[in-house]
Amino acid sequence: MYNLIGAGLIVIGGGIGLGQIGGKAMEGIARQPEAAGKIQTAMIIIGALLEGLAFGALILGK
Amino acid sequence: MLLFRKEIMIAKQSIKFLVVLFILTASFAVFANGGDHENQHAEGNQIDTQEEINEYIAHHLKDSHDFHFYTNNATGSHFGFPLPVIVWTSEGLKTFMSSEFHHDDAGHVIVEKDGVKLTKIHSKIYELEAGAHEVTLDDHHHATNAHKVLDFSITKSVFGMLLAGLLMLLGFGALARGYKKGHVPTGIGRFLEPLVIYVRDEIAKPNIGEKKYRKFMGFLLTVFFFIWILNLLGLTPLGFNVTGQIAVTVCLAIFTMLIYMFSGSKDFWAHTLWMPGVPVLLRPILAVIELVGFVLIKPFSLLVRLFANMTAGHFVVMSLIALMITMKEAFGPVASTGMSLVLALFISVIEILVAFLQAFIFTMLSSLFIGMAVEEHEHH
Repeated sequence: MYNLIGAGLIVIGGGIGLGQIGGKAMEGIARQPEAAGKIQTAMIIIGALLEGLAFGALILGK
Repeated sequence: MLLFRKEIMIAKQSIKFLVVLFILTASFAVFANGGDHENQHAEGNQIDTQEEINEYIAHHLKDSHDFHFYTNNATGSHFGFPLPVIVWTSEGLKTFMSSEFHHDDAGHVIVEKDGVKLTKIHSKIYELEAGAHEVTLDDHHHATNAHKVLDFSITKSVFGMLLAGLLMLLGFGALARGYKKGHVPTGIGRFLEPLVIYVRDEIAKPNIGEKKYRKFMGFLLTVFFFIWILNLLGLTPLGFNVTGQIAVTVCLAIFTMLIYMFSGSKDFWAHTLWMPGVPVLLRPILAVIELVGFVLIKPFSLLVRLFANMTAGHFVVMSLIALMITMKEAFGPVASTGMSLVLALFISVIEILVAFLQAFIFTMLSSLFIGMAVEEHEHH
């Protein structure tokens, strides 16, 4: 029961984080379209780090 | 006009691609039905949907000792092929084909090899204690009169890894031989060369640096193609789930860790163990944090990401396929099958993207960590 609530909290946190990353990257690309490639790469790396954190919490909480 | 023709060609190609995908998904669906029938056959009554679907998905996510595609419910015959079992028992090494277990996974069939009695329970091979003739299970389905043996079998995952290795050997062998004839690769090399250059120019060079990237290209390319091929094999009806086995991802992460630990520069170790520029009292604390980060947390995040992503992907695909069984009563067989096929196709297309993305991320983060370790700082 509690681990399900925890999993939900992890997903909420991860969702907020990914939304921030994606939104800011979009803004960045809209302001400087020529830097789109670099911004995308950085976005994917940060997204992957966040994902690792969230998945780690999910696996440990299981 | 020429452009238009090109577009038609691309459209034709993507239709072909979608058809191939559809066939693959459809055969997955047959596979789903096969598992369902098998359970029905074993239980001898109407299927208890939720539990049996869970069991079926758990069975798919685990490694197994044979390939099992389809069971004919009418005749009870299985389609698939066995794999060799190699176990180290109390009497030494024993090898035989997994077909001797006759698809039994509950410890009913006992194989006797030179006085050693072996049986298979939940995809694990057990050796019966001396004098025992059949397995007795306690309440938690643990065998009480049998113990596990050292298992070196060519299981489904090992077979998948060997297959990926063979494919890489053939593909890159052809690419390397192609360069002897001229500078332009032919055949499969034309497909592989841009990917190799992509890994070099977009992953290795920016993260490790122009001077030092060459030494690590072998590892990064191997890891990239190994993970990518295995992820894609996981989407075929063969039913591999190799990158979803935590043992495999642990090994890959340990390789990355050993490489960046052993190729660390003087500056890396100085900044890890005795960080300059911070108060002396803080330095031991920072050293502990940095060491835990490099030895445990970074490899852990690498291995968990790959494992969880692939497991979750397989889980979603299998659940959508199982939808045709759970929704059968509500919508009828045709509508439920159609719905699950369309959804499974959609997720499979996303999974193709994820297969590449995970290989890319693993290689990218590996090269990022290696880059952190080999970097040399300019001292002013």
